[in-house]
Amino acid sequence: MAMNDSLLVKNIQEKFGSAILDTIAFRGEATHLIKQDSLIEICRFLKNDSELQFNFLSDIAGTDYFPQRPRFEVAYHLYSIPKKHRLRLKVKVEEDEAIPSVTSIWKGADWAEREAYDMFGIVFEGHPNLKRIYMQDDWEGFPLRKDYPLKGYKDQYNPYGEEKEGSGGKGQGSS
Amino acid sequence: MANNEEILTKEITLSMGPQHPSTHGVLHMLLDIKGEKILKATPDIGYLHRGTEKIAENLLYHQFVPYTDRLEYWSAMGNNLAYVLAVEKLLGIEAPERAKYIRVIMAELSRITGHLTCIGAWALDLGAMTVLLYAFREREMVLDLFEMICGARVTHNYLRIGGVRYDMQPLFKEKCMDFVNLFPKKIDEYEQLLTGNRIWLKRNKGIGVISAEDALSLGLSGPILRSTGVKWDIRKDEPYLVYDRLDFDVPVGENGDCFDRYILRIEEMRQAARIIKQALEQIPDGRPCIDMPDVVPPPRKDIETNMESLIHHFKLVSHGFKAPKGEVYASVEAPKGELGFYIISDGSERPFRVKIRAPSFVNLQAVDPMCKDVYLADVVAVVSSLDPVFGEADK
Repeated sequence: MAMNDSLLVKNIQEKFGSAILDTIAFRGEATHLIKQDSLIEICRFLKNDSELQFNFLSDIAGTDYFPQRPRFEVAYHLYSIPKKHRLRLKVKVEEDEAIPSVTSIWKGADWAEREAYDMFGIVFEGHPNLKRIYMQDDWEGFPLRKDYPLKGYKDQYNPYGEEKEGSGGKGQGSS
Repeated sequence: MANNEEILTKEITLSMGPQHPSTHGVLHMLLDIKGEKILKATPDIGYLHRGTEKIAENLLYHQFVPYTDRLEYWSAMGNNLAYVLAVEKLLGIEAPERAKYIRVIMAELSRITGHLTCIGAWALDLGAMTVLLYAFREREMVLDLFEMICGARVTHNYLRIGGVRYDMQPLFKEKCMDFVNLFPKKIDEYEQLLTGNRIWLKRNKGIGVISAEDALSLGLSGPILRSTGVKWDIRKDEPYLVYDRLDFDVPVGENGDCFDRYILRIEEMRQAARIIKQALEQIPDGRPCIDMPDVVPPPRKDIETNMESLIHHFKLVSHGFKAPKGEVYASVEAPKGELGFYIISDGSERPFRVKIRAPSFVNLQAVDPMCKDVYLADVVAVVSSLDPVFGEADK
């Protein structure tokens, strides 16, 4: 990894400067925390640059940092099959914000973004078909949010769930 | 009269699954069809969603290992491996040499069980029942080996953070060697039944074709990506454990159709047997677990005779261990493709977030492009060739 340091870290920092809010190196993995509005531009560059060639989007992962603000973080795991290197991009998202979808760059982002939407309620702007993927369409709430109870909410199918009152209806909008 | 035909053929939407014998569990597909031709196939998943990632956030690091068995249950050992490698990366530790070899052997044995199930079920779906029986006969032999080493046949919970649960005994080594010597002849038997079989060829050649470009863009991995000619295997390109010391080939297809995916899996099983054989020959003596009492509980025998060991075990099981703050992603070449675990740690003894990159989930996105303009009956071949397992696709 040390070998790739300048390629994956300095090059990108120099090219995008203020769009990169933070760079973390941990256990040999490079992570850039970037500004939301340069996400598409940076992704396009990473995919098309001849030295980087990140042609493979491995995964997109949402995370809820409730009660911190901005509340969510979305991590993009990129891999380059020709160059054999990995990079992680992270973007912070506020609860009622939408972030741009990367489906126009990697088609495989489709389901991964739907999953992040289904589990956290993160909205991806420009996604061709943003609807729930695991939960049924009329499910209320977003199960992987930190304020969603482990056993779910009590209803006719779930006698062991938590009562809805007092759980702070915040963020429990239906899909 | 051609016009007349147009008028009579109405476009309809057909629901296939989730209770359908050829959908490999609980895949529900909405098929827009015109006559027998597929216009659009929309997979609908989530029938087996158990909230595994939510569960992980509420467990100690070591408590989550058994849950990984239930992701891709046809080859559970591979899931154990991906998870423990991620936690070990987070902790900054490495398993001892002997454990690494044992892990390779287990990962490859589970690759064999996974591919055997895939090919057996696929042949069954296309009407060749014998292959399933043959494949399960050999799968049974591997399960016997698993039982011998860890007492469990399907959900093993055998790998542990820092090593493996039990050491490998000489008898296992002997039996495992017998198996890998016997197995290639058994693969010849499946090939005799399928590879040159006229029906098998008609049902699979040129069906479910996808280009390398589309496959990469969709994020497909494993045999499905390699069938399009892209040579990417994590075991070779980012070697983990001791794969860089073992000699094996990564087979690549060229047409990106169902038949290529079949041939690749056959060849991968041969290579897996080759890997196991070398690993059995090279395996060094030593500890099966790292010497790190914070992470690894004492041996079972000591717990029964030694008070300190009992306390140690109790402390570890009830309190777990703290992991440093940070985030890691570790992935392995599972039988279905890239299986990765992304763990965010906040410095406590429970992961703050665990994200599973399940190959079956990503690979299922290929159903629609692969099913374009094939016949309804071919959808079964396409789904079988993708080999989805809903334990991991639905998490």
